[in-house]
Amino acid sequence: MNALTKPANAQDARRAARDHILAPRLETPFHPRLAALDQVNDWYNWAGYKAPHAVFDEELEYFAIRSTAALFDISPMVKYRISGPDAERYLNRLTLRDVRKLGIGRVHYTAWCDDHGHVLDDGTLFRLGEQEFRLCCQERHLPWLLDSDFGLAVDIREETDEIAGLALQGPTSFAVLAAAGFAGADRLKPFDIGNFPHDGGPGCSSVTISRTGFTGDLGYELFVPRAAALSLWDRLWDAGGEHGIRAIGYSALNRTRIEAGFIVANADFVTAEAALRADRVRLPDEIGLDWLVDPNKPHFNGRRAILDARRNQTLKHILVGLEIEGNIPAEHAIVYHRGKREAGLVTAATWSPTAKRNIAIASLERPYGTTFTDDLWVEIYAMRELKYQKMMKRAKIVPRPFVKLARRTATPPGLR
Amino acid sequence: MQRYDVLVVGGGHNGLVTACYLQRAGLKVAVLEKNGWVGGAATSRELTPGFLYSNCSYVCSLFRPEIMRDLELPRHGLQVVAYEGGAVLTRDGDYLASYRDHDSHRREFARYSKRDAEAYERYARDVTRQCRFIQPLLMRTAPDPFGFRPRDIAEFVYLAKKFGEFSASEMAETLRFWTMSISDFLDEYFETDVIKAYLAISGIIGTALGPMSPGTAYVLLHHYMGEVDGSVGAWGYARGGMGAVTQALASSFIASGGTIRTDAPVAKIFSRGGRTTGVVLENGEEIRANLVVSNADVKRTFLKLVDEADLPEDFVHRVKHFKMRGSSGKVNIALDSLPEFPALPKGSSCIRGDLHFTDTIERMERAYDDWKAGRWSADPMLDAMIPTTLDPTMTSPGKHFMSCFVQYCPPKVEGRDWTDADRTAFAETVVGQIADYSPGFRDRIVHMEVRTPRELEAEVGLTEGNIFQGELTFDQLLFNRPVPGYAQYRSPIAGLYICGSSTHPGGGVMGAPGRNAAMEILRDLKRSPEKMSNAHDVI
Repeated sequence: MNALTKPANAQDARRAARDHILAPRLETPFHPRLAALDQVNDWYNWAGYKAPHAVFDEELEYFAIRSTAALFDISPMVKYRISGPDAERYLNRLTLRDVRKLGIGRVHYTAWCDDHGHVLDDGTLFRLGEQEFRLCCQERHLPWLLDSDFGLAVDIREETDEIAGLALQGPTSFAVLAAAGFAGADRLKPFDIGNFPHDGGPGCSSVTISRTGFTGDLGYELFVPRAAALSLWDRLWDAGGEHGIRAIGYSALNRTRIEAGFIVANADFVTAEAALRADRVRLPDEIGLDWLVDPNKPHFNGRRAILDARRNQTLKHILVGLEIEGNIPAEHAIVYHRGKREAGLVTAATWSPTAKRNIAIASLERPYGTTFTDDLWVEIYAMRELKYQKMMKRAKIVPRPFVKLARRTATPPGLR
Repeated sequence: MQRYDVLVVGGGHNGLVTACYLQRAGLKVAVLEKNGWVGGAATSRELTPGFLYSNCSYVCSLFRPEIMRDLELPRHGLQVVAYEGGAVLTRDGDYLASYRDHDSHRREFARYSKRDAEAYERYARDVTRQCRFIQPLLMRTAPDPFGFRPRDIAEFVYLAKKFGEFSASEMAETLRFWTMSISDFLDEYFETDVIKAYLAISGIIGTALGPMSPGTAYVLLHHYMGEVDGSVGAWGYARGGMGAVTQALASSFIASGGTIRTDAPVAKIFSRGGRTTGVVLENGEEIRANLVVSNADVKRTFLKLVDEADLPEDFVHRVKHFKMRGSSGKVNIALDSLPEFPALPKGSSCIRGDLHFTDTIERMERAYDDWKAGRWSADPMLDAMIPTTLDPTMTSPGKHFMSCFVQYCPPKVEGRDWTDADRTAFAETVVGQIADYSPGFRDRIVHMEVRTPRELEAEVGLTEGNIFQGELTFDQLLFNRPVPGYAQYRSPIAGLYICGSSTHPGGGVMGAPGRNAAMEILRDLKRSPEKMSNAHDVI
């Protein structure tokens, strides 16, 4: 829809949107390119969009991330634009980290909580200007965000469908950007944002590139208005041929995010607005996000509950990284102490081809994971030719990330 | 003279459920039904050649799967088919649809408000939490707070424990939820009129309250429960119409050796020395039994079938004041082709679900204002469904049956009895509303059955035509349903029990009152209820 066909009023817009039901599973702005490259027809539903589990081969896609460059379509990620004179104050009240410390052209990972200190979601906050922010996350929060503005001069807008996003990740990702002519991209340090010229047709003359990602590798995330999506894809794809660029799906990405020790909302923890059962919600300290909480900044939502829980030692859970003997992924396995007492649950697990270790992220019930950190076991049920091979494997708490790559932070970035 | 262990007065779904369980427990049971067919308010009747009508209840949302399994209803022909969503058609020519697909549902709400689209998640979570609390209580006898028997105390402990699983703020939410109006409740989540109107419908169906009346939020739960059940196929159309539910029950009952007598209206339930000894039919025939179970509502049972003189005064007083006000009517329409709704997208799934034409809560409340003045609503709230879009057994291909539940409709018109002319005018109001959104609708009508509270009372036996045998407000639930001290399916007369929707947990084609009553009767007889499953766990 362009300026000419833009509806004159809300009622017309509402009517124009009626046909959404004809395509219940939307295609992302990059879908024509993904569909053309796709070999295995293995799609899943990501927030109402068709998204690939795999594009050609999950394992080879993993190695594209870790050895060359991978393109992953992040358009379905929920995006909110938050702007206005009070945007900084607003976000500082909303989220756990001190937004005053977030410079213009910088990104930080953060989380936000309800009044009880229970995590509503985690996400990345982009500071695009003094009064201009973008919040990217997994779940939808518009009512929460709108209700939190307390008369502040701030404008909050959901822009998920309007902005196309691509993650370009892997050791040659910078080489791809350079070959594509994004001059000056070498100056982007981790969590920096830059604007780069791009001829994306009417209304799009630039692309926003951040040095961020979900793989723990060297990598970038690129954002353009929806209409400019294909021209951006083509620019990267054409430049990336020499640098081993491949399109990938979520399965490969998920392996790398576990290696990087990142958590996923409603996979590794249940968000406060999704939890039906009162005991499923989590404080930041219970899912490894204690480091985001800044008690010294002005008031933020959930502050009192979080600090009370710390002072009164009423934290109930803890999120840990586990290294498990053997090579069978322990997905959703029960964690035991001394092989008998239930101590928690593995929320994500994979064999790490890079670390050559069997790794997992687990949620443990304190004091397991705090007082009792030894003698942990996981019970793995591996289905092999219609029979469960039951194994009790030793697990050791280890720091995250499981895979730490120097190239992730090297500036200027390497070319290969 | 025939002698039975148990006589069940009334062959509605709850009466049949009780009868089935008792017969299977080894008792000799007869069901006495005044009509020439069984089914009560769950019937399929061929009122015009070639069309089966679900002419009273019209959707199977709450029927307990545990009962279907215990009584082998699938083997006796019961199949419940899920349906797809629905729509409210708005006066400006647009609509708000409800879709089964989560993301389509969100996008549809987002057409009106992005905020409301995202607020739906929180709303669904909160309602689901309440349902999860209530659902296990459906298949348990409510504890008697004045009983102090170990069982009552244990049941209270159970309730307290369930409640204790809530956080402090959830407990507060629950108390608010049980007492507030559906309109206030929805205001806390949504800003768009049509979205609130769509969601409010479930708060007022079958209830002589408006969307702004306190207590209507709970009624919503009662309708929503079927959706959180977790058992696929718990919510939908009974294949063959609602009569399929009671036909399967009747078939199961007969297969286990039970006796059904139709055209056998009961005139009186005997009571001698505080104990029942059987019934007498209107034709004077006496039938003896040790136990009598009444499926009739609490007013008919104790104010008509039993001599008031045999009952404690306070009990009679309570029964007289049990709220069972008629608030709805039913227009059942045979159509020679599928009606068109030009506002809906071609091939839309909405037409296979529930259709409504009331796009604001204010219009609903105004419709209620008419009822208060003793008139049927000039602009009524309709819950219209065309089950034949999914059920090929009710009529021939291309033809359709449309069920229109209409609210509000008073038990008396401005204080006087309904006349046939009133009924015709009432039907015209309903058809007129549909025709406003569906050109040519009138021309498709082959036959129409119009039921005001007058017909619902006379034909089905529902006092004032109240579909729930008593309103589902907090003052009439759990140990207060129908009468404090008599919430456990017993009555002041030894051997006389009640098993209809007047009892806990209330109306809807659920079967739980009938099943719970059978459980209590077997307890009194010191027989094991081993063939009765407990409620499925809500995990």
